[in-house]
Amino acid sequence: MSWFKRSKEGITTSTKEKKETPEGLWEKCSNCKTIFAADDLAKNAYVCDRCNHHERIGSREYFEILFDEGKFKELDKDLTSGDPLKFEDTKKYTDRVKATQSKSGLTDAIRTAKGKLAGETLVIAAMDFAFIGGSMGSVMGEKIARAIDEAIKSKCPFMIISKSGGARMMEAGLSLMQMAKVSGKLGQLSEAKLPYVSFLTDPTTGGVTASFAMLGDLNIAEPDALIAFAGPRVVRETIGRDLPDGFQKSEFVLEHGFLDYIVERADLKKTLALSLKMFKN
Amino acid sequence: MATYLDFEEPLKELEDQIVKTKEIGVDTEVDMADKIGELEKKLKSKTKEIFSGLTPWQRVQLSRHPDRPYTMEYIEGVTDGEFQELHGDRNVKDDKAMVGGFGLLDGETVMFIGQQKGVNTKMRQFRNFGMPNPEGYRKALRLMKMAEKFNKPIVTFIDTPGAFPGLEAEERGQGEAIARNIYEMMRLKVPVICIIIGEGASGGALGIGVGDKVVMMENTWYSVISPESCSSILWRSWEYKEKAAEALKLTSTNMKKLGIVDDIIKEPSNGAHRDHTGAIKNVKKAIKSYLTELKDSKPEDRIEARIEAFSNRGVWK
Repeated sequence: MSWFKRSKEGITTSTKEKKETPEGLWEKCSNCKTIFAADDLAKNAYVCDRCNHHERIGSREYFEILFDEGKFKELDKDLTSGDPLKFEDTKKYTDRVKATQSKSGLTDAIRTAKGKLAGETLVIAAMDFAFIGGSMGSVMGEKIARAIDEAIKSKCPFMIISKSGGARMMEAGLSLMQMAKVSGKLGQLSEAKLPYVSFLTDPTTGGVTASFAMLGDLNIAEPDALIAFAGPRVVRETIGRDLPDGFQKSEFVLEHGFLDYIVERADLKKTLALSLKMFKN
Repeated sequence: MATYLDFEEPLKELEDQIVKTKEIGVDTEVDMADKIGELEKKLKSKTKEIFSGLTPWQRVQLSRHPDRPYTMEYIEGVTDGEFQELHGDRNVKDDKAMVGGFGLLDGETVMFIGQQKGVNTKMRQFRNFGMPNPEGYRKALRLMKMAEKFNKPIVTFIDTPGAFPGLEAEERGQGEAIARNIYEMMRLKVPVICIIIGEGASGGALGIGVGDKVVMMENTWYSVISPESCSSILWRSWEYKEKAAEALKLTSTNMKKLGIVDDIIKEPSNGAHRDHTGAIKNVKKAIKSYLTELKDSKPEDRIEARIEAFSNRGVWK
């Protein structure tokens, strides 16, 4: 004879009375798997309370964090990519772009905006990893170029928030050219004596690292972000052995002399405001 | 021994036949001139047939042909040996995958820089297969800055399967080194000519590839990624390299059409790998004509035009 006896049978709540949990109420830290209320995570700038893991966020969140009262004017919102190469792999490039656009609600892998940070005008170009891995094609190059023109016109500092796998293969040679194009424009910004802050976030690799992301008057990064020219998989295959811990992470890149400082997302605005003030005063 | 690619085999057969016929002629003392003439004519038309119908992948193969002339040979050729190699980045070491130095082009000093591949197995290793480390790019920049200081034009020869993706390369800032070169080259006050003589792989090529004239030799490729890597990423298999080569539009003709390069330097009818002298002659002629074209413009106008030209490379709506 068992010690306890079930007096009621199974679940008795009828499906109709069942209470649904709304989507997106909870978020899980992708590092330590702690579960948070989505609101709390947002309030904490998408940084895990427990392990300090910085979740990947996009242009929307960065603009919200950086611009005063989250107010800004978006530039060249409607620019989208052409298909000069009529590129087709397992999918047509045009179809890939369309699918990504409707899925992400974005037009390309970067958004540019002008607003105020701590009361001072600033132009920011922020990448969205959700759009074909934040890949750099003609649109990214052109949007950054125009954003730099805007910064020069407004005599204000310029910032790029990088989060990209590198050049967009489907635009082949043309995407390679964007590295040179943006570098040329940065030269003009430099000539105008306006500061350029390159903010590297997880991940910043390939052609983005090998061009404008490494060219800041200040190169700054989020903690624990992958910053590389060749990705870890390629390096591992090249050298044929395991990579040291922390290889190609922000802290490693700082130690080797390629970053000015690493900043926690919670301190980003404050720290950046101070840096920009130093350039100005 | 010369190497023949599979699509070049018919040429090898004809060439062998010609040699044999000549031998027979000598041995038997029979006049074989007619026969030889006929074979040579056949060889010529076959060469034309094969080389006019090359697929993008075949051009990629030609760009990597082991018998092609490499950077040093071009430099020695166009300067008639009046070249002094200069070493080192003044910081870490001397990168053997990148060479450079002053040379005299019909008496005029030019700074020559380029990636160098090895001519045999031992040298290929010594040259790291033409894959520079950050020091290579920094050496190149040091030399370019020196050329600028002494008002000498710069010619770069691009021939690399990519910047080296090694551990130390990452530690020493491969990305930064390439980025710095691109940025600085955009603003050099002296004329800069960039010639893709073999493989133009991505950032590794662009690191010495920003100039007033960017030109490709006929049987070369230039793109953001090699067809093999592109195939493995987009098709998740190495099997689609031919398709990838097609899709990337990486040949000289396509790149010219897309406006990414300014010009194509013709190769001898059977390719640079079979006629080094002819290839060097064409390259020298091209360099001289570009230098003449560029030398009278003002530095600030050149820089502006350079930025403008690269700004126009892109398609959006």
